[in-house]
Amino acid sequence: MSVETTSNLEQEYNFAYLDEQTKRMIRRAILKAIAIPGYQVPFASREMPMPYGWGTGGVQVTAAILGKADCLKMIDQGSDDTTNAVSLRGFFEKTAGVATTFKTQEASIIQTRHRIPETPLREDQIIVFQVPIPEPLRFLEPRETETRKMHALEDYGLMHVKLYEDIAKNGRIATTYAYPVKVAGRYLMDPSPTPKFDNPKIDRMAALQLYGAGREKRIYAVPPYTGVRSLDFEDHPFEIQSFDKPCGLCGAEGVYLDEVILDDEGGRLFVCSDTDHCEERRAAGHTGPMAADPAASQLSKGSSDAEDTVQ
Amino acid sequence: MPDQKPLSAPVLAPGFADPVHDAQRCFRAVMMAMAQPGTLKSFDPGSLAPPQPLSPMGAALALTLFDYDTPVWLDGSLRKSPDVSAFLTFHTGARIVSEPVDAQFALINDPRGLMPLCSFDQGSLEYPDRAATLILCRTVFGQGDAALLAGPGLKEPKRFSAGLLPPAFWRQAADNNTQFPRGVDVIFAGATEVAALPRSTTITPMEA
Repeated sequence: MSVETTSNLEQEYNFAYLDEQTKRMIRRAILKAIAIPGYQVPFASREMPMPYGWGTGGVQVTAAILGKADCLKMIDQGSDDTTNAVSLRGFFEKTAGVATTFKTQEASIIQTRHRIPETPLREDQIIVFQVPIPEPLRFLEPRETETRKMHALEDYGLMHVKLYEDIAKNGRIATTYAYPVKVAGRYLMDPSPTPKFDNPKIDRMAALQLYGAGREKRIYAVPPYTGVRSLDFEDHPFEIQSFDKPCGLCGAEGVYLDEVILDDEGGRLFVCSDTDHCEERRAAGHTGPMAADPAASQLSKGSSDAEDTVQ
Repeated sequence: MPDQKPLSAPVLAPGFADPVHDAQRCFRAVMMAMAQPGTLKSFDPGSLAPPQPLSPMGAALALTLFDYDTPVWLDGSLRKSPDVSAFLTFHTGARIVSEPVDAQFALINDPRGLMPLCSFDQGSLEYPDRAATLILCRTVFGQGDAALLAGPGLKEPKRFSAGLLPPAFWRQAADNNTQFPRGVDVIFAGATEVAALPRSTTITPMEA
């Protein structure tokens, strides 16, 4: 054994960090997950060089499917330049040397935390979700042995009771994210903590969806064009959030908006949560009602010069 | 020692030329095939020259998916060849089992002699992921009896045929898939293409 410098040791990691046996184990789990849409396949999740909650499940799924020719997009709450997205993108740039992009259209694999891009995905794209709690019944029934039996028997009455209690208390179904869905008419599935606004996007989506939960050691999947129904009642049909204003920067309507506080005098701005979508619209000449606002214009600049302006 | 014969070790065929990236490309082809049932996905097994009668694509799938965690069952013609067993054992470390029901993967060189699908592990309702995956080698796509496939992964129903199979195959496959979420999954390995038939697909056998 010779003494190696740090930079040489970094190069000695296998492509995309994971060793080949781990990748094979994850790949076999992915194949079974695709064959049984919505069923959570247990897998031997590895300790990753990042804490649980940072997307260790999604990272392991991405590492197992990633190839040299892939172009990776990494988003966190719709944004390409928040901490989680930046560090996970850097992880794959360093360990796999793959191309990365901010543009939804250019990506072959999109790993996401809590959002689905506004631009419809294509058949040749794969979206990987980071999942904290994969079991939709977990907060209703803490025992794994029982939830497993409930899935086996397709006994999902408890979830309907939960939604009914929402209506009894609040007059409507108050669940706004991680809204439970039924996949291909069989398995109850947690679509990860995406806002329920995104639930219609996973119904018959053209792209393959893979879900990875690192701490809970589960992988599940939804193949392309699979029917995914959000649970509801005849008299309380499923509905998504609606916004009364368009995006303040690009004027987009029918997209999911984030609220940004601008000052301590009640100034606020609603902007696209999908930053790439917003930037592309502004590049195409769309402007929103707040685009000229000096506080908002600081936000609308690209991430690189935003760092320069913030003192 | 008096004239002892030199040990003549048989030459072992090499595995993937680029183990990391060849396995990744092969897996992506299989994964997309599983995600879009009955759709052909290309993968070139390249310079793989496994011992006869194992086909290069069968060897590529074995190298991609098998290891010491996966008991493997071989059909009659593969089992007869000690070179095939030696190749698989050396490169993958997989344990070769004699009972189909014990296997996580079944490697089938001659799909015409395929035994009933119910001979393999069907998984349980609690753990349907433990069911077997069958790999049918030497598939000639577009020939033989056809079936109409529908369900997850397919935008619209798709006609699919996979060469010479036992006459009862499509009926058995349809029965296999009606017991969803239990049942086996099938991977068809052609010369340079793969296709798959997961248990989630609704199969309607078509009269020739």
